[in-house]
Amino acid sequence: MDTALLFDNAVVLLPELVLAVGVMVLMMVDIGRRGQNGSQLLAGLSVAILLLGIGASVMIWGRAPVEYLDGAISDGFALSVRLVILIAGVLGVLLSRNWFPAIERQGGAFYSLHLLAVIGMMLMGTATNLIVLFIALEIFSLALYILSGFYRENARSIEAAMKYFLLGAFASTFFVYGCALLYGAGGSSKFTQIHETLATGGGNPSLVLPGIALLLVGFGFKVSLVPFHMWTPDVYQGAPTPVTAFMSVGTKAAAFAGFFRLMMTALPSFHDQWAMPLAILAVLTMTVGNLTALRQSSVKRMLAYSGIAHAGNILIALVAGTAAASSAAAFYLFAYAFMNIGAFTVTIALERQYGNENDVEQSRLAGAAERFPVLAAAMAIFMLSLSGIPPLAGFFGKFLVFKAAVEAGWAWLVVIGVLNSAVSAYYYLRIVVAMYFQQPEQAGDEKEQPFVPASRSSVFVVVVSVLAVVVIGLQPGLWADLLRGLGQ
Amino acid sequence: MVETSYYLVLAAIIFTVGATGVLLRRNALIIFMCIEMMLNSVNLTLIALARQWGNLEGQIFVFMIMAVAAAEVAVGLAILIANVRHRQSINIDEINLLKW
Amino acid sequence: MLELAWLILVFPALGALVNLFVGDRLGERGIHVVASGMVVLSFVVSLGLFFGLAGLDEHHRTATVHLWDWITVGSFHAPAALLIDPLSVTMALVVTGVGALIHIYAGGYMHGEQNFQRFFVYLNFFILAMLVLILSNNFVGMFVGWEGVGLASYLLIGFYFDRHDESYGHYADAGKKAFLVNRIGDFGMLLAVFLIWTSVGSVVFEEVHHGAGALTAGAATAICLLLLLAATGKSAQLPLFVWLPDAMAGPTPVSALIHAATMVTAGIYMVARTHFLWELAPVAGGLAAWVGGLTALMAATIALTQVDLKKILAYSTISQLGYMMLGVGVGAYAFAIFHLVTHAFFKALLFLAAGNVMHGLPGGELDIRKMGNLRAKMPTTFWLFLIGASALAGLPIFSGFFSKDGILLHVANFNIPLYLIGLFTALLTAIYSFRAVFMAFLGEARDQHVHDHAHESPAVMTRPLWVLAFLAVVGGALNLPVLLTMEHYLEAAVGAPAFHPNVTMEFVLLAVSAVVAVAGVGLAYGRYVKGPSTGVGRISGGVARLVSPLELVARNKWYVDEFYAAWIVGPLLGLSVWFNQVVDQGVVDRAVNLVGQVSLSLGGNLRKMHNGLVPTYALSLFCGVVALLLWFVIGG
Repeated sequence: MDTALLFDNAVVLLPELVLAVGVMVLMMVDIGRRGQNGSQLLAGLSVAILLLGIGASVMIWGRAPVEYLDGAISDGFALSVRLVILIAGVLGVLLSRNWFPAIERQGGAFYSLHLLAVIGMMLMGTATNLIVLFIALEIFSLALYILSGFYRENARSIEAAMKYFLLGAFASTFFVYGCALLYGAGGSSKFTQIHETLATGGGNPSLVLPGIALLLVGFGFKVSLVPFHMWTPDVYQGAPTPVTAFMSVGTKAAAFAGFFRLMMTALPSFHDQWAMPLAILAVLTMTVGNLTALRQSSVKRMLAYSGIAHAGNILIALVAGTAAASSAAAFYLFAYAFMNIGAFTVTIALERQYGNENDVEQSRLAGAAERFPVLAAAMAIFMLSLSGIPPLAGFFGKFLVFKAAVEAGWAWLVVIGVLNSAVSAYYYLRIVVAMYFQQPEQAGDEKEQPFVPASRSSVFVVVVSVLAVVVIGLQPGLWADLLRGLGQ
Repeated sequence: MVETSYYLVLAAIIFTVGATGVLLRRNALIIFMCIEMMLNSVNLTLIALARQWGNLEGQIFVFMIMAVAAAEVAVGLAILIANVRHRQSINIDEINLLKW
Repeated sequence: MLELAWLILVFPALGALVNLFVGDRLGERGIHVVASGMVVLSFVVSLGLFFGLAGLDEHHRTATVHLWDWITVGSFHAPAALLIDPLSVTMALVVTGVGALIHIYAGGYMHGEQNFQRFFVYLNFFILAMLVLILSNNFVGMFVGWEGVGLASYLLIGFYFDRHDESYGHYADAGKKAFLVNRIGDFGMLLAVFLIWTSVGSVVFEEVHHGAGALTAGAATAICLLLLLAATGKSAQLPLFVWLPDAMAGPTPVSALIHAATMVTAGIYMVARTHFLWELAPVAGGLAAWVGGLTALMAATIALTQVDLKKILAYSTISQLGYMMLGVGVGAYAFAIFHLVTHAFFKALLFLAAGNVMHGLPGGELDIRKMGNLRAKMPTTFWLFLIGASALAGLPIFSGFFSKDGILLHVANFNIPLYLIGLFTALLTAIYSFRAVFMAFLGEARDQHVHDHAHESPAVMTRPLWVLAFLAVVGGALNLPVLLTMEHYLEAAVGAPAFHPNVTMEFVLLAVSAVVAVAGVGLAYGRYVKGPSTGVGRISGGVARLVSPLELVARNKWYVDEFYAAWIVGPLLGLSVWFNQVVDQGVVDRAVNLVGQVSLSLGGNLRKMHNGLVPTYALSLFCGVVALLLWFVIGG
């Protein structure tokens, strides 16, 4: 092989390369300042690296899509998903700046793993090859296993890591088995090649369908579709909240991006076979997610079930399987990034008010609007956006996905989706009701607690998220133009 | 030459045995080993298919899986040890602080 | 002038923002002046729009004011633009006019309240959302306003969230109920928008109007049925009316503005706005007419037995909305909107007068059984309430007479049983409205303590009411029979009616209505002034034989709440519990561990031993694998 090939079109992976170099620098800096406590510098460096990554993405934005070594592509969809993940990454770093002892002590490890996870997620959206897809999945999964257990002193955090790891590794085996069968069916690990071989009547078509079934398991686990979702609430609750916030958005964006690209470029000719089971999974996921969320008492678990329900909504776009649907999914994820991370940031700020327990019970929110009017107002906006009240960002995510599905002839699925979002209003609203319309039960000692101001970076994240949720809602067309789907 | 389908069936059997182990065993280490067994059955599948197609991609895939499995071991054992520090046990039936 | 239409939205938005951010420095007076002033300015803009429109050619009285390109995704386009036509301007005049009066009134009513500032921020936000709803030139914009008014209504109903009493339960729950019931209606709205988009290819009203010819009858019917669901939610019709009576938990100005005069009429407005679709779907129109007629009847029977002054008015609102729905259902759009306008005048008047009663009685008493002879203590309020009740009862000359009769006239042409239902409801309306007047203001004081402490309200709370009272009396002049000025005015927006009654029939039916209304007042007089004053709340005399079988059912609000609890809310929560506890936490795990742990699982530790375990989760995952494999290998 000509070595020049190695550098041709390497610009496709420029953002990943920037981050990879950045991680190495970060680790060097960490070694250089061994023994010092506090990780302000490392966090700053991470933000700088991520911003460079965003810069690199913007640099290759708008170029004609090119492919690098049969493994990665720089089309509009890949760039859109990358943007979502990088934004989630920056916001995730910022909201880790809240005087968490574990992160202050081992900032080098925390931020390098954080950046590695971002690299893996971005790679997943660009992969055009089963091998790259698998490696990308494992890069971010391994990083997230460790990050979930980053509070080593906290038994719940370790338990979350343990559960996530065991179940994640289990699900990965199905995923990689599915990859193997697909490779056997098409004789290549390259998506387009698999499609060509099968479309022209070659290969082993009998391996395709079992292969799809097993791949669905792997993806279904990562985006938490029912019945592969059971890890989600436990891990979201136990993991450090900044990790949960980042993971809830990044994992979904990455896995859905890979999912879309694989299904729509390698297996479009089997759309008739895989659309129906995915539609059933979407119905199950939305319904079980929403109904279970109705009964949660912990804010983080509620958000976990809400995330499951949102995964069901995004899956509707994949069922539709059109270019418009994939750009609608990119828009949905973009909107979801802000409203969900915003909600978790408020949760962190409230955790600090109520004694740093890495979680908040909904009952503690009673009367929060009077004690923390700004936080409560922001949380209300995020909840309304998550439940899909127009003209906030979340509404247009749902609207575009549902519209694409109706156009593709999946009206019945949209009916169930709209019905589900009516149900979901109940539990989002319950947070608003608790904050605004309830009195704290033991008013006396609650009020005696001193007010703990949120960190400046948290305030920044909340402000940015609120602005984004409102601005995206007022000018959805602008963002819908920017965020491209597959084949657009 | 042995037909590819024999390899595939053998690999499927090994995979199922591994999966059964994951479902039935309660020792986290053994569950972990069962997962490794499942991964190896996938490797076998890939090698057999690569031979049938006569290209290298399947074999490259196998190397990647091995590398990832090694990384998984490192991470997994670290998490296991951290867990043992908390409860002096690797019985996963005892890990249920997070529930409902 | 018309291109300045955007100002109408800017003022309430400005008012809400100013009061939100610097309200605490303005003081009560400043907040009140800012909030009311902004709505008055909006009203001035509405007047400007009205005259601007009047200057246009009679048959082309419509203009679109484009603000910005809001959403453009592929071929999907929804601009942020205002549609100015007779219908939207009429609505805007009502919303800003009545809204301004109620804002002024609320300054006195809410005086000294803890959350004075918050109240006016919400109220201005409501005006903004309502104007977005009625002025948007497309379905998506209308939906934004639709959800916005729902949110404002929810926030304002729950305004006294810390209160709790026998009549309303926890006040915060009332707001939640309103919001959730409305979400069911919103579900219909959103699906209708999707269906319109896929079948017509546009969501802009004018384009849908032009493209509607391409719709099949089935598609048009489906769209209209979904819109009807949306309208039943927002306008409190059967079967989704349950939230409106509870919504009375909010402050009285809110009940007057949102839950009588404006927001609840959004469903009627929406049907009138989409009249071109309903003309293609006679089945849906007929259903709407029946829903309206039966709602009117049912709510009127319930109103007969209520003892809480505001709840009587709430059921009366539902009943009057039923009339409007009946009107749009039979295609009498202009008359429905006419009734909407007059209803806004007299119902706002009644609510605010009820607010004065509540304000003037100790403990905010609203139980009419404890009132009596309040005329002596609050004469102004008495006269105001009497005027409102006369208009509501449909006594001749008052505005309600002409507007209600216009609807009934068209119903008579459409379906005789529905006309009889409407006429009977008119009788009940006259009875219950004067029952309230007689029991509260005439007769003898039944509770001396209440009577002794009663006092008249300050001028700020009576002067705006005189304006409303004036309108409630002369509002009928907007559309006098034969002249029909308002009907012609609205024709440019809602089309000319297919049916033109002859003058003889018109006057015969007018006479019948007048007789019925007077008879109703007479029956109420016989019962509540001449009759025994104990055993209040029951009906005897001439009507007794007529309504006594209904009374038990009516007193229990036709068991609708119970029906919901048993058949809708219960199963939904049950399903949720079932999913949470059984599916997610029990069944799968139990199946695995049953043999070994059956003894342990007994004894109350079931939940503890069976949850949060990796094997459960792995098994769930594995079941998914098996199911998918079976589907693909065997099914595929």
